[in-house]
Amino acid sequence: MEAHPADLGAQLLAAFDAAVAADERVEPRDWMPEEYRASLVRQMAQHAHSEIIGMQPEANWITRAPSLRRKAILMAKVQDEAGHGLYLYSAAETLGTSRDELLDKLHSGKQKYSSIFNYPTLTWADVGAIGWLVDGAAITNQVPICRCSYGPYARAMVRICKEESFHQRQGFELLMALSKGTEAQHAMAQDAVDRWWWPSLMMFGPPDDESAHSAQSMAWRIKRHSNDELRQRFVDIAVPQAEALGLTLPDPDLKWNEERGHHDFGAIDWAEFWDVLKGNGPCNEQRISQRRRAHEEGAWVREAAAAYAGKHTSTGREVQA
Amino acid sequence: MSTPVSSTGTGTADVTAAAALALGDDALILSHRLGEWAGHAPVLEEELALANIALDLLGQARVLLSMAGDEDELAYLREERAFRNLQLVEQPNGDFAHTIARQLYFSLYQHLLHTELAAGDGPFAPLAAKAVKETAYHRDHAEQWTLRLGDGTEESRRRMRAALDSLWKYTGELFQPVEGLELDTAALEAAWLAALGDVLERAGLALPEGPRTGAWAAGAGRQGLHTEPFGRMIAEMQHLHRSHPGASW
Repeated sequence: MEAHPADLGAQLLAAFDAAVAADERVEPRDWMPEEYRASLVRQMAQHAHSEIIGMQPEANWITRAPSLRRKAILMAKVQDEAGHGLYLYSAAETLGTSRDELLDKLHSGKQKYSSIFNYPTLTWADVGAIGWLVDGAAITNQVPICRCSYGPYARAMVRICKEESFHQRQGFELLMALSKGTEAQHAMAQDAVDRWWWPSLMMFGPPDDESAHSAQSMAWRIKRHSNDELRQRFVDIAVPQAEALGLTLPDPDLKWNEERGHHDFGAIDWAEFWDVLKGNGPCNEQRISQRRRAHEEGAWVREAAAAYAGKHTSTGREVQA
Repeated sequence: MSTPVSSTGTGTADVTAAAALALGDDALILSHRLGEWAGHAPVLEEELALANIALDLLGQARVLLSMAGDEDELAYLREERAFRNLQLVEQPNGDFAHTIARQLYFSLYQHLLHTELAAGDGPFAPLAAKAVKETAYHRDHAEQWTLRLGDGTEESRRRMRAALDSLWKYTGELFQPVEGLELDTAALEAAWLAALGDVLERAGLALPEGPRTGAWAAGAGRQGLHTEPFGRMIAEMQHLHRSHPGASW
């Protein structure tokens, strides 16, 4: 008995919806709706791009790190980020795209990366603020993705979150050393937190009523919590940490709300958020042009590796012409 | 893991510290140069590889500098003329071939050196036993890329040859005697030339011609005589630390 194509499609979709609703993992060879595939490619690519663009603001301080211990920590962190980029591109490739294709889209501006990396690292303390706040926000966002419906993405996130938590503790510890250091160091730490706090809150994305992809992503269990929920969770975690650091957060409206059991906080400047997202942030152009330049200047190296591989087998012997 | 200098025997502490400084500065300065590649590498895998090598070298530098004194004081508060690193490792990165040529020359030398130090029972044997594993990996990385660039495209071959040629004049210094290191430098040099000749032959390249040292340059870095790019490099490296005297980080 032959199923009518339309019936078959409906059956597949019903089976997919049921599997997702039952919290089963979707694997690369499973049937999936095209929109689900496209949505995952978009999110995973953006996530991968964020890892590699995110290397830049921190790498900016590698050559100026003020102690050899801090320099080693920072180098290891930037190296981990390149590794996270690799996992995520590999995970995205299971959906039928390729790293080259995704990089082209990053370079041409067709795919985005996290808006946070368009802010500049102006002092050494920014390295600590990125670790504490930016990685902290990333973890709050990413831990739920460890239970995401798409298996390869969920598994990549388990590994990434372990390393990210480590980075966050290191960032916190860096800021603690500055906060408890000289007056100038303390001021440097406070200034960095003042500059990175709001952009970090923006990392959770637009408010729930303006988030284009949220409802569908939650139905598909790619996302587990809304933007505003995660943002609130982050604020509640960060406030006592700031106190422990002896630093203040730049929000006069920030206060504990006994009734809600959460911190209330001030209004986010969404005009700035959309502006940075559109490409008008302080470093958008610089970040993407450095990325393009590295890729273009490296073309001859990749061509050499490909030409060599074409001449030699994997055992290193010459291929007979 | 740092061996107290005083445990190496009366009268040897100073020379041990001098040798630790020379080897530690090599690792520190090359690590810094490789750190400059972060975010600029030709492919993501090389972001990882170059950072990995830089980290290994920084780890070695920290052990070695700690044998000579306080690692941060030595790294951040010495002036250019007090650094004892080879001129080779302070050379700017240039293009990828230039970086690979510098890595090839240095990692071959460092791997042979640590192999010899690890086999002995001197103060550097414990460090060398660990470093020899790291430098074997660095050497392999440099050799593999030398093969790919030398035997890749016309352009990669041209660039690799140019890089090998331009750094050649800094390689004679690798085999100057180092105070505090008992080494058969002639044997080390012969082994280095043989290993280098082998990998270059496999890459379809020849050993560069021309002098391996200038009349004024023999042993120069080891005596604190550096090339012009070095001062600028340490100005960047040290400026933050120097801006906050006495601060902890």
